Amino acid sequence: MSNSTQTILLREDVQARLRAKRRRDLRGSIVFHSFVILFGFLMLYPLLWLAGSSFKPSGEIFTNLGAIIPSEPTLMNFVNGWRGFGGITFTTFYQNSFLYAGIGTFAAVLSSVVVAYGFARLKFPLRGFWFTCMLMTLMMPVQIQIIPQYIFFSQLGMINTFWPLLLPRFLGQAGQAFFIFMIVQFIRGIPIQLDEAAEIDGANKVTFFLRVMLPLVKPAMVTAGIFSFYWTWSDFLTPLIYLNRPRLYTVSVALRAFSDPAGATDWGAIYAMSFLSLVPVLVIFVLFQKHIVEGISTTGLK
Amino acid sequence: MVQSLTFATTRSRRNAISGYLFISPWLIGFITLTIFPIIAVVYLGFTRYDIFSAPQWTGLANYRRMFTADPRFWTSVRSTFVFAFSSVPLKLAFALAVAMVLAAKRRGVGVYRALYYAPSIVGTSVAVAVMWRQIFARRGLVNWVLGFLGLPSTTSWLGEPATAIWTIVLLVVWQFGSPMLIFLAGLKQIPAEMYEAADIDGARAHQRFFRITLPMLSPIILFNLIMQIIFGLTVFTQAFIITGGGPLDTTNFYALYLYRRAFETFQMGYGSAMAVVLLAVVGVCTAIVLKTSARWVFYETE
Repeated sequence: MSNSTQTILLREDVQARLRAKRRRDLRGSIVFHSFVILFGFLMLYPLLWLAGSSFKPSGEIFTNLGAIIPSEPTLMNFVNGWRGFGGITFTTFYQNSFLYAGIGTFAAVLSSVVVAYGFARLKFPLRGFWFTCMLMTLMMPVQIQIIPQYIFFSQLGMINTFWPLLLPRFLGQAGQAFFIFMIVQFIRGIPIQLDEAAEIDGANKVTFFLRVMLPLVKPAMVTAGIFSFYWTWSDFLTPLIYLNRPRLYTVSVALRAFSDPAGATDWGAIYAMSFLSLVPVLVIFVLFQKHIVEGISTTGLK
Repeated sequence: MVQSLTFATTRSRRNAISGYLFISPWLIGFITLTIFPIIAVVYLGFTRYDIFSAPQWTGLANYRRMFTADPRFWTSVRSTFVFAFSSVPLKLAFALAVAMVLAAKRRGVGVYRALYYAPSIVGTSVAVAVMWRQIFARRGLVNWVLGFLGLPSTTSWLGEPATAIWTIVLLVVWQFGSPMLIFLAGLKQIPAEMYEAADIDGARAHQRFFRITLPMLSPIILFNLIMQIIFGLTVFTQAFIITGGGPLDTTNFYALYLYRRAFETFQMGYGSAMAVVLLAVVGVCTAIVLKTSARWVFYETE
């Protein structure tokens, strides 16, 4: 009799304790989520503010300054901003940027995967030495080579062409050691038996690379492509140095000229064009954020 | 036996040829666009060269001028060090703090990670720099918020030598996303048993952090430290757009000053000498971090 009451008491005790734990967990997760969301909002506020400001009519830019949501949204800022300057519209600047980012990314991914396969799977004299050299270039600030490179390209008559921007990307330079390293790591994860089997079957290196390796490395190539796209898209120093005619400006260089504090007055248009230039990068980020997060986490680079 | 030997040598020779074939894009780029420019920049550092006429050998004149007769050089060195050695520790501490919060196994942390990374994806773009300039303008967002809270709101953040540099530090710290993701990956590698054992021993939170988390993360911290210091020493776009190097040269960072000398006034010789000094400084910083790392970096098993 007394024994059974005790069990019931115990059961109630356990239940009470479980309930308390659940309540504590709930309180903990409410604190966690509200803190993280509040702080996250603060982090994103400048970007949301920029987006909102680009829809504000000119009267609201300074009167309704801190607001994210305009009281009378308008698209006029985009219309006015798109006109650009000096008779050149943003259509031209976007064409230039997409040309640079498009071909640049294609070149970067192509050369990186070819070189990475060589380093990861083929044995050749001095392989370790060249691989170390390649990793060292990760540490090399662009400022060190930029003057001789400029002289080199100007002697080839390539100033005011896209060659100085694209050529380094076909040749595995301009920060591409990051991609090569990433793809090498990826290939090392693929079983070597695959290569050996192909060799016994008499496939040569090139056909094996094209038929077997390339499809397998696709995920790493996608990650490299995403990073390459947004590095080229937001690259500023290289186009600033090599492209001196407004007709050749990329969006980033055009944006700088367009927002020049000495002459600029139409802030709405400046906000609109700034925001618009971030859209391609943000869209890619939303679509591929898993790749980006994994790319950084697994290589520990960037 | 002889036959198999010759077979092996022809096979390894074939391997060597195809290896060099695969890495050739990178190798050509490395020699023409990295090694050759480094040799050239050392040579050009000893000359006076304006790109329109042939370089003239002047011996150590550039270096003498730089170290003894160019106060702007020293101002830029000082502000670059202030910038790098304040923004890098702040950024890494912040990245680690956020990573530890977001390492929690709760619902939605994946989304939070992506949101907290978002500012970093657009961080170095001209658009964000333009936005930052407006945020800290006299009639900008920061002063608007301060006025809203009834605080003094007429500070010219970008016009005051005391504050301008800190607006750029803040912008760079805001882009803590990459080190955060790398720390997150590192935190996942720490075995849970370590914390459980510490709990049984009755360790407090700060002990867990200083005795387990920090030592286990030390190789990753080291890596981030090197990359971020190099990045900090060569910051360009933000200063170029936001402050233009002013006020009173307080944000005339090294890379910006080098660009001005080389590409605005075409003193390529002087710019090259600055690049050589930068190369030496980056090398020394990396060496110091690597040398001292033995004392504070903990490598498991290896």
